Amino acid sequence: MAKWIKEAGPQSDIVLSTRVRLARNFEGKSFPHQLNSEEAKEITDTVFNTVRLGNESFEKDFKLIGMDGIDELEQLNLLERHLVSPDLIKNTGIASVLLNTEETLSILINEEDHIRIQCLLPGFQLQEAWDTANNLDDLLEENIKYAFEEQLGYLTACPTNLGTGIRVSVMLHLPALTLTGHIQGVLKAAGQVGLAIRGIYGEGTDFLGHLYQLSNQVTLGATEQEIISNIKDVTTQVIQNERSLREQLMMTRKLELEDKIYRSYGILKNARIMTRKEAMTLISDVKLGMALGLVEDISIEKLNELIALIQPGCLQKHFGKELTDSERDFKRSQLIREML
Amino acid sequence: MLCQECNKNQATVHLTKVVQGRKAEMHLCDVCAKDKQSKSFQDSFSIHNFLAGLLDINTEMGYTEGNKGYGLVCSKCNTSYQNFKEAGKLGCNHCYVEFKDKLNHLVRRIHGNAAHTGKIPKRSGGIIQLKREVKHLKLALDEAVKKQEFEKAVGLRDEIKALEARIKDM
Repeated sequence: MAKWIKEAGPQSDIVLSTRVRLARNFEGKSFPHQLNSEEAKEITDTVFNTVRLGNESFEKDFKLIGMDGIDELEQLNLLERHLVSPDLIKNTGIASVLLNTEETLSILINEEDHIRIQCLLPGFQLQEAWDTANNLDDLLEENIKYAFEEQLGYLTACPTNLGTGIRVSVMLHLPALTLTGHIQGVLKAAGQVGLAIRGIYGEGTDFLGHLYQLSNQVTLGATEQEIISNIKDVTTQVIQNERSLREQLMMTRKLELEDKIYRSYGILKNARIMTRKEAMTLISDVKLGMALGLVEDISIEKLNELIALIQPGCLQKHFGKELTDSERDFKRSQLIREML
Repeated sequence: MLCQECNKNQATVHLTKVVQGRKAEMHLCDVCAKDKQSKSFQDSFSIHNFLAGLLDINTEMGYTEGNKGYGLVCSKCNTSYQNFKEAGKLGCNHCYVEFKDKLNHLVRRIHGNAAHTGKIPKRSGGIIQLKREVKHLKLALDEAVKKQEFEKAVGLRDEIKALEARIKDM
C-alpha cells in the first residue's frame, strides 16, 4: 500500500498528501501520442535502464509495470492510490510506470509526455517531495538528453506545462471551511494567486469527503522554488483558517458538532449498505471528530487508509474479485465495520 | 419505437441533424440521449480542444484568423499546424521551432509574457546556464557602480569578460 495511505506525515490532520510532478521529454523523439510501439519501447527501456544502473539501491527498489500487462482492476487500483494517471491507462500499448517499493516515487513513461516524474509523500512535505523528484530528474538526465529551449524551458506535448514542467499539489481535508461556507472565499483567493482547487477522486466528483486538491497552474516564468513557496504559503494559511474555524465551531456549536460526528461514527460502525459517497462524507466527519479529540479509539492512519480502501478498485482488490455496484456497497460496509 | 442505441427502451428523444443539406434522424431513449450528450460535451470541452480553440482567435482585432497557418507542417514529425489545432498537442520538440510565431501568442495567453527562469538541464543547458550567470553578474555590476564600490566592480567586470569568452568558444 502506498506510503501516503499507510502513514501519517506532518500536519496529517489536514494535509493528507503532497505531490511534486515533473514533465520531461526526450530530444528528437516524437511525443507519445505520435509513437509506434517500437519507438515507445525504446524510450521505456532507456528510462528503465537509466534508473536501474544509475543507482545501486534503485536496481532492487524499482519495478516496471506495463499498462498492457495488468488487468483493468489493477489499473484502477494504481489510479486510486494516485500512482498512475487516467491518461497513462488510456495509452495502452505504449505506457508503463516505474514504481519504487514504498510507492513514494513513480515515473510515468509515455503518458502525455515521455517522462513524468512523480514524488508522493504523506502529509505536508513540499521541500522533501521536490528534493526527491529533483534528484531523480538529475539521475535521468545523466543518460537522457531532454528537449529544452532557453526561453520556453522544458518542452512538453501540451503548452500548458512548458517551462519548469512542474505541478505541485497538496491534498487537503477541509470540513470546517466547507461546513461554514468559507471555502468559497478560499477558492476565489486561490484562483487570484494562480492556484487551482479541484475535487480529489476524479473530475466531477465535487469535493467528495471534503477533500480538496490545491495545485499551481502556471509553470513558465517562475522558478521551481517560487512555485513551491507560493503553494506552501497559501496552504499554511488555509491550514490556519481551517484550524481556527474548527476551534470556533467547538466553542459555539459544540453540541451540534458532537451530535453530527457521533451519528456518523454510529452509522459507519453499524450500516449494512454503504455507497462510496455516503462513506466518504461519514469518514470525513469522524476524521474531524478525531482531530477535535472527540473520537479517540481510532488512529488517523487508519482513517486515511479507509478512505483509500473503500474506493471501487481497492475494494475489489481487497476482496479479490470483481463486484457489481450493489455487491460493492454491501462489501464496503462490511470492510468499514471490520476496520473500525 | 425503440431506442436506436440500446434497442431496449422506448425512444423518447428525437433528433434531426441537417449536414450540408442531408437530413439524418435519430431516435433515442432518455438514458442513451443523456449519455450521448454528456460524451459529446466532454469531447468538445477537453483542455486540449479548449486551448486549440484559443489559437487563432484574436480578441483585440475582433476576428478569427481562420485558415492562416494552414499548410504549416513540422519537418521532423510531419505534424501539421492543423493537427495541433485539432488535438491541442504538439508532435515533437521541433514543432516548437516550426510553429514558433503561431505558438508565441498561445504561450503568452497561458503563462503571461514570461521566459523560463527555473531549472536548466546540465547536458543541453550549459551555455544557457552561463548566459544566465552573466545576466546576474551584470546586475551586480550595476549595483556596485551605483554604490561606488569600484574594486568590487572591477572584479565583477573581469568575471563577466571571462564568462563571455567561454560562451563564445562553446
